[in-house]
Amino acid sequence: MYQKSIADQAKGLRAKEFSSEELTREYLDRIKRFDPQLNSYITVVADFAMAQARIADERIAKGDAGPMTGIPLAQKDIFCTNGVRTSCGSKMLDNFIAPYDATVVERFNQAGAVMLGKTNMDEFAMGSSNETSFYGPVKNPWDTKTVPGGSSGGSAASVAARLAAGATGTDTGGSIRQPAALCGITGIKPTYGRVSRYGMIAFASSLDQAGIMTQTAEDSAMMLNVMAGFDERDSTSLDKPVPDYTANLNNDFKGLKIGLPKEYFAEGLDSGVASVVEAAINEYKKLGAEIVDISLPNSSLSVPAYYVVAPAECSSNLSRFDGVRFGYRCEDPKDLEDLYTRSRGEGFGPEVKRRIMVGAYALSAGYYDAYYLKAQKIRRLISDDFKQALNQVDVIMAPTTPTVAFNIGEKVDDPITMYLSDINTIAVNLAGLPGMSIPAGFSQNLPVGLQIIGNYFDESRLLNVAHQYQQVTDWHTQIPKGFE
Amino acid sequence: MQWETVIGLEIHTQLATRSKIFSGAATAYGAEPNTQACAVDLGLPGVLPVLNREVVTMAARLGLAIGAKIAPISIFARKNYFYPDLPKGYQISQLDLPIVGKGELEIELEDGTTKIIGVTRAHLEEDAGKSLHEDFHGLTGIDLNRAGTPLLEIVSEPDMRSAKEAVAYMRKMHSLVRYIEISDGNMQEGSFRCDANVSVRPMGQKELGTRTELKNINSFRFVERAINFEVGRQIDVLESGGRITQETRLYDADKDETRPMRSKEEAMDYRYFPDPDLLPVEVSESLLNEVRASLPELPDARRNRFIEQYSLSREDASLLTSSREMADYFESVTQVSGDAKLVTNWVMGSLSGALNREGKEISASPVSADMLGGMLKRISDNTISGKIAKEVFEAMWQGEGDADAIIDKKGLKQITDTGAIEAVLDEIIANNPKQVEDLKGGKDKLMGFFVGQVMKQTGGKANPGQVNQLLKKKLGL
Repeated sequence: MYQKSIADQAKGLRAKEFSSEELTREYLDRIKRFDPQLNSYITVVADFAMAQARIADERIAKGDAGPMTGIPLAQKDIFCTNGVRTSCGSKMLDNFIAPYDATVVERFNQAGAVMLGKTNMDEFAMGSSNETSFYGPVKNPWDTKTVPGGSSGGSAASVAARLAAGATGTDTGGSIRQPAALCGITGIKPTYGRVSRYGMIAFASSLDQAGIMTQTAEDSAMMLNVMAGFDERDSTSLDKPVPDYTANLNNDFKGLKIGLPKEYFAEGLDSGVASVVEAAINEYKKLGAEIVDISLPNSSLSVPAYYVVAPAECSSNLSRFDGVRFGYRCEDPKDLEDLYTRSRGEGFGPEVKRRIMVGAYALSAGYYDAYYLKAQKIRRLISDDFKQALNQVDVIMAPTTPTVAFNIGEKVDDPITMYLSDINTIAVNLAGLPGMSIPAGFSQNLPVGLQIIGNYFDESRLLNVAHQYQQVTDWHTQIPKGFE
Repeated sequence: MQWETVIGLEIHTQLATRSKIFSGAATAYGAEPNTQACAVDLGLPGVLPVLNREVVTMAARLGLAIGAKIAPISIFARKNYFYPDLPKGYQISQLDLPIVGKGELEIELEDGTTKIIGVTRAHLEEDAGKSLHEDFHGLTGIDLNRAGTPLLEIVSEPDMRSAKEAVAYMRKMHSLVRYIEISDGNMQEGSFRCDANVSVRPMGQKELGTRTELKNINSFRFVERAINFEVGRQIDVLESGGRITQETRLYDADKDETRPMRSKEEAMDYRYFPDPDLLPVEVSESLLNEVRASLPELPDARRNRFIEQYSLSREDASLLTSSREMADYFESVTQVSGDAKLVTNWVMGSLSGALNREGKEISASPVSADMLGGMLKRISDNTISGKIAKEVFEAMWQGEGDADAIIDKKGLKQITDTGAIEAVLDEIIANNPKQVEDLKGGKDKLMGFFVGQVMKQTGGKANPGQVNQLLKKKLGL
């Protein structure tokens, strides 16, 4: 059952070929068997999952089931789950059990989906390799010496190794698309504001967006149908009707205009990755798409702008972790100052501290204009680049990452190099656009992702474009060796 | 040297919403600690603020009432600092684009003249919780009930020149926020408190002196005392050749002194930036029109109308319009009884006296406007005298019923029957021949003696005017 896509599992459940209990049991067994090699889960909730599966089976029996009822999923450990630890990959929240469900979690519960557990991630979603997690690095199932990408590395690895039918992720600068690419799965970051952020522990509020990691684009569409929509508890979520994302998957896109931004095919792009992406573009030509060369001239500014805005917001968002009300508190604080200093000093890892310090600096009196305000201006320039490009073309395609998965430990001591691994994904967050990554082939036996960027709220088109490719290719169905 | 005092006030007024500014938790005062703090108020991981639209309307009410421009778009910003009763590690406030822009407020000075005090801005923000240092055996308790309570911070220009002016401004603003029903203004509960920026300069000097900020003063009396103390302290320092340090000082009411909290060098860098969790606040022209239409008549306009419509003195009109409840009460009584001058005397005399005596607000007066009006009608139609009315008022205050019932029950109706009064008068004239002679001889003062005697014998129920007339007639005066 585990090889099946969510769409096929849903059909099987409906047809009573198997029950959600059987399906869930299979995943739990696989997690037990394979996850020690990967470390993709921080918390597995076997009993809870089986109870949810039984309820799902009852709903299916009663005919009260939706498409996602009974499907075993993993939640990134950034989403608050009532009664189940939500660590955000940090020692700071190792003891934190939220008293409420994030909106995303609540919606999957209502849809009758099963939660297998909470997936590993970079600490507070700050990282591109899953090495900053307090719970240890996640390994890429395609080669366990390499990283799965980050920050949603646990979600990516678990879906790639078929330890969950699908998983949620969050994407602040590429944290869904980059690990999806490195693990050979499909990932979508919807338009900023499409999915509620309520209950999703904030890293950089103006960039954070919840999204999905699955085998197929169709599965992503099914999950997005559950997640998307206005939430009155999140002022930045948009009150805009949600289409049925599965409705247009099979549309013919003959005449589709695909823009290839020259800045994403320039220096630094690995030649193996480049040829895989080229082949994928050729496939699209065969499907009737028209290729247009475009330019996003301010692309080179996206990484520096991002590494001002994101740390600035995180320095403030993470102030609530002070050892006073919840989370880690140091032993025997001498006084208030000591309580703050040691609780935060001992509770946060080095990458989180680095970003808090960079962010606090960027916001401080005398530097605010030069850093924060300037970065906001660059953000507008980058948005304008995309706006102009998307006037000419329907979607933009580019490599999701400049290289395939790198080795664990390779970049961990060099933050700048690490930050550059998100060079192709960050601009999309700065502009708030939807973006996807789909598996497009292999280089050096490791997966390569094709990034598809669309206009605001054009997720249906992205999913259609991805789905059509997946009808004529089988990269998305491949399972890493040793995890069959 | 002659010194001039310069004062600006920052008034924090708690907005009278039922729920908090960014969460659905209740704002009621005095609940058990931490029973009115929800996940959002606790700053739990993952929670987000959602603006209570009511605060926007309330801020707009104040803005319109002080003739200020309401920003069509204003921005919430985060003010970052660590404190245990500040759950998120930042306070959501407004910095660059506050909701209310420049306005002004007219105050009345003791000599009867008026002065315009400029209002620089007013902005919305959330209150913090409370740290409780007692009862925890060396630890500190945190009560987050107050965290997230909506505040409007009203910042004045440095236009005040004495502690008295500062108090007059604070009182006027206090009256205004209650008038337009955006705050209960309860100072004991901290719903209305202020910080004072105080400096002195040699008389005639243009530049402002170095200022100090006096924090968190929560009564009119303390404002006056704190400023006076601080002005004296600053003059002493300057006259002995010292310099004023720009700093924040705390007023200690028990010791009646101010002392330093932190200096400019220690001043915190709050690292303000726009809050990415909240959208810009938009105030449309149509919302402004709605708010404008819903505003009551404002205190100054009402005072002017009272002067004109009821022929009151400016002083009386100011007093009567100092609170909306008082002005409403006055107008209700006048509607029932007609005689505005008489109403003024009673409202500002017996009624205010009784309210003060028992520390009651006019809204809690046991004598309603209808009851007082009913009684005053009986004075006007000569059913009772002013003197008897005092007795009737006391009885109404004690809850013995309305005026007519009390007059009836106690038999307080004035004797208007000429025959009855004449009979009493005849007897008095017969018993006091000497006084009759003297009166006839031109000792007019004795009129009072005769009237008094009649009043005494009738238990105050005779009409003194009528007695006067009858006496004159009888004695041929």
